[in-house]
Amino acid sequence: MIKRRVAVIGAGMTLFRRRMLETGRELSYEASRMALEAAGMSMKDVESVVIGTAPDAFDGVHMKGEYLIEGAGGVGRANTRVYVGGGTGVFTPVGGWWHVASGLFDTCLVVGEEKMSPLRPHPQSAFWSIFDHTTERPLGVTLLWIFALEMRRYMHAHNVTEEDIALVAVKNKMNALDHPCAQIASKITVDDVMNSEKIVWPVKRYDVSPPSDGAAAAVLVSEDVARKFTKDPVWIDGVGWNVDTQYWTNRELCYPAYVERAARMAYKMAKIEDPRRQLDFAEVYDPFDYKELHHMEGLLLAKKGEAPRLTREGVTQRNGEFPVNPSGGLLGVGNPIAAAGMMKVCEVFWQLRGEAGRRQVRGKRAERGLAQAWGDLLQCGTVITMKG
Amino acid sequence: MSSKVSRYPGTEVTHDDIEANSYLMTHYQAELKYAWTSGVATGRYLKGLKEGEIWGRRCDGCGRVMVPPRMYCELCFRPTDGWVKLRDTGRVVTYSIAYVNFDASRRQDPIIVAVVEVDGASPMMGILHLLGEVDPEDVKIGMRVQAVWKKVEDRSGAITDIVHFRPLGGR
Repeated sequence: MIKRRVAVIGAGMTLFRRRMLETGRELSYEASRMALEAAGMSMKDVESVVIGTAPDAFDGVHMKGEYLIEGAGGVGRANTRVYVGGGTGVFTPVGGWWHVASGLFDTCLVVGEEKMSPLRPHPQSAFWSIFDHTTERPLGVTLLWIFALEMRRYMHAHNVTEEDIALVAVKNKMNALDHPCAQIASKITVDDVMNSEKIVWPVKRYDVSPPSDGAAAAVLVSEDVARKFTKDPVWIDGVGWNVDTQYWTNRELCYPAYVERAARMAYKMAKIEDPRRQLDFAEVYDPFDYKELHHMEGLLLAKKGEAPRLTREGVTQRNGEFPVNPSGGLLGVGNPIAAAGMMKVCEVFWQLRGEAGRRQVRGKRAERGLAQAWGDLLQCGTVITMKG
Repeated sequence: MSSKVSRYPGTEVTHDDIEANSYLMTHYQAELKYAWTSGVATGRYLKGLKEGEIWGRRCDGCGRVMVPPRMYCELCFRPTDGWVKLRDTGRVVTYSIAYVNFDASRRQDPIIVAVVEVDGASPMMGILHLLGEVDPEDVKIGMRVQAVWKKVEDRSGAITDIVHFRPLGGR
């Protein structure tokens, strides 16, 4: 069914910050330039471009795929924007993968960009428009409400404490201290999380990632092209995505079945039967700390309700038996939505190339890794598996 | 980041920079106005709410009774088969306590938000609503609740015709 192998041969990213001087185009350009440089390529070598960016409402710029084209190298090329809410960051290289795997193109530059800072006073208000205009918005719904509803349901289903969940925030913010692009890396304790401001209980301030500006990019190529440019390609060996019903109040929220379906699609392609054993580490989507646990279970990296125990036992630490979010994740590096998912794919690339420096899992080069993102109305999973 | 790269691009603009007008910024306030039709299924649902009733929709393909109602079943991908009057009682599936408004500004008095599984609909068929007449610390998952309706003359055919759900049997 799949025609050709697809390699990643370069990755790049900007700093992630609450607000950047650079426009979205300029951020896209900087990340793209770095990815091309790492690949040893120029824009002339690129045939197609896939841009990922989340709601237009953040920027107040409609048609962002077209707006960003200048900085993402898409001018005069087969340019596409993909969008599945927060899942976009990992869906962007999935889009690039199908461009190359299909045989349509030998090269594809994939760029994730987000500039959340323009919307004042806070980008949170843009999320209001994702809810049903008749049955939900009149209640004053916010995105934070529904995360808190999901977190509470997860805690209830498996008897998970807020302290257990806080361990994820502590770990990821600590991991991010070794990431030079990180926005909110810090050394904090479980007590700090517990004592932080209640936003929508059980979500507290340190349970949640910040709004950010930033961009990240990667160069995807066919096997023939990869051999010309590098001795050290990283292969995308599995991709998966899945979207569930938007009637989110009609679903059991304690388990992300759509993430499992996306993971199973990727694992089948990558011939992974036991992901916990066959993968070395994972970059799991963590816009909130409980989401890392929720997603580990959906990705079949832990049994249902088991992720908090693995976290408590240190399994998911960077030097643990199965590191999760060695980059520092969204909780530590920051959450410019589409760029954040793309950052995870870049991290897997750097880990598999042995270029992650102090973040290298268990201090050595990894052989196989996974990146996952999640989005829409608690409804979408996107997964990519890679090997060196 | 790659260990091969020593400098990462990007220039941070801090809160102080903005206060000090260190950078030029262009401001704009959108004034967009919309009027949404309710649609076929939700329109009937709203008419029911105005009459103090919650209506669901039945699919004979999968046997589910769905709320919010829809004219087609997204799983069977066929038309749904009929209207079912549900009860105005239910069960709290999950809840949270909101200290912020939609724009992340802070509230003085928190509100309790919940998914309520409606009696008469299929298991896990819940709707988003608010809880009231209960202290946040007394709310439990699985708690039985009942809709508190606006006065008949104040109802407009909207989800807010239900003021909130309160513990069944009162406080």
